[in-house]
Amino acid sequence: MRKIYLDYSATTPVKDEVLQEMLPYFTEKFGNPSSIHGFGQDAKKSLEQARATIAATMHTTPETIYFTAGGSESDNWALKGVMHANKAKGNHLITCSIEHHAILHTGAALEKEGYEVTYLEVDEMGLISLEALEAAIRPTTVLVSIMFINNEIGTMQSIAKIAEIAHKHNVLFHTDAVQAYGNIDIDVNRLGIDLMSVSSHKIYGPKGVGALYIKKGIRIENLIEGGAQEKKRRAGTENLPGIMGFAKAAELAYAGLEAHVEKLTTLRERLVKGILETIDYVKYNGHPTQRHPGNVNVCFEFIEGEALLLSLNAKGIAGSSGSACTSGSLDPSHVLLAIGLPHEIAHGSLRLTIGDFTTEEDVDYTIIALKEVVEKLREWSPLYDRVRGGQK
Amino acid sequence: MYTETVMDHFMNPRNVGEIDHADGIGEVGNIKCGDIMRIYIKVENEIIDDIKFKTFGCGSAIAASSMATVLIKGLTVEAALKVTNKQVIEALGGLPAVKIHCSVLAEQALKAAIYDYAKKAGKTYAGLEGFDPTDDHDHHDVVDIEF
Repeated sequence: MRKIYLDYSATTPVKDEVLQEMLPYFTEKFGNPSSIHGFGQDAKKSLEQARATIAATMHTTPETIYFTAGGSESDNWALKGVMHANKAKGNHLITCSIEHHAILHTGAALEKEGYEVTYLEVDEMGLISLEALEAAIRPTTVLVSIMFINNEIGTMQSIAKIAEIAHKHNVLFHTDAVQAYGNIDIDVNRLGIDLMSVSSHKIYGPKGVGALYIKKGIRIENLIEGGAQEKKRRAGTENLPGIMGFAKAAELAYAGLEAHVEKLTTLRERLVKGILETIDYVKYNGHPTQRHPGNVNVCFEFIEGEALLLSLNAKGIAGSSGSACTSGSLDPSHVLLAIGLPHEIAHGSLRLTIGDFTTEEDVDYTIIALKEVVEKLREWSPLYDRVRGGQK
Repeated sequence: MYTETVMDHFMNPRNVGEIDHADGIGEVGNIKCGDIMRIYIKVENEIIDDIKFKTFGCGSAIAASSMATVLIKGLTVEAALKVTNKQVIEALGGLPAVKIHCSVLAEQALKAAIYDYAKKAGKTYAGLEGFDPTDDHDHHDVVDIEF
């Protein structure tokens, strides 16, 4: 059976060049970068090269890059670290309602500690209001954290403008750029980003590694205490194979950025057009243009997302959904509800994310399979005969 | 996540569809929760001669509807009223804990269909005592059934 992976925003396969780069670091180059001997010093040299590579992709200098175990750790560290270190300034954090749970749950944890958190609402396309952001800033506001690109609906925020507003009021700005990194050119200085979370496994690198960009001079407490790694800011022996793979993946992503974005955008538009032209009662979610190049998020009325995913899986197609049954809770995705979708529409959501290994044939096959599956599930649905006028 | 039987009944549901001039139709569930089940029955000499369903919901909701219709078809109305969600779960080889409510919904949909039939036919059944199809009970509360 044909297998079509359209869940690149969940994770990506490790590219062969990336794997080849990693392999020696499991065996002959296994040294601990903290060791004095040759094994350690060779490892240290590679680690610093990787840091420089990652830094270059963000147009910054190596000393601003701190390796972590992934996007979630970076988000936790940025929020907790900055809030804890700046208690003298205040206790207020501003974020938004469609953030990843790594931000939302960290916000909730900070609230338990006594911090105050404002969750900005978004419009129907998933954008925050810049006016609302400015109005939410208080004298006690320490940090604004707004995600660069939303993981579910693909909407990209106006990062430079958000940073400008934060800085105008002497507030720091963090962005969770896990979905943006590798899909758009990010110049941290030009955009005014003070802290930025990125992850390796979304850009064809290995899982379990990421980084936090911390602008020089930012006051931040440690999240992980221990040894003197990462200039005493993030303890733990470095995951060198992972870091080397991450750096290679980042290098490849930015060397081929233009072609990557063009390819994904073309395939995305083909998929969206195909779905909207062949299937009725569909809603395309997110911003039409200001979005992730490979993200398609649609809601099919009268059917439920998990049933849709299982049926697509039986046809070899891998996607994801924000329906309650896939979220592990009784409510559909917080993102879909935040953009104003009623529960019944949000239950029928499907996210298909295109990546570097997706082909035009994959997209065309998916459009046909999707139409079949949606029609089948609608035939079984008691909601569908109502709109067909076939109510008995 | 799902047993082979659940997947089979989801991919190839039995008795899906409608019955023209059904003797009883029951619909339960809540669109907000993401599952609605409608069951049609045809009753001949106190026997459920035919049964069909339509379900809006996840894989296990469709599979539970399908299995419930299989268990019930051919039973007397009284016997059908004794079929429990636990039997549906057993027949499916188990459901994940968070999906138990799907089987409850199937049991409720059947009861609602028989209630409709009893009302139309002017009959009373002991198994329907205390059952109110308009009761918007939250079947999601019933997730801690031991299995």
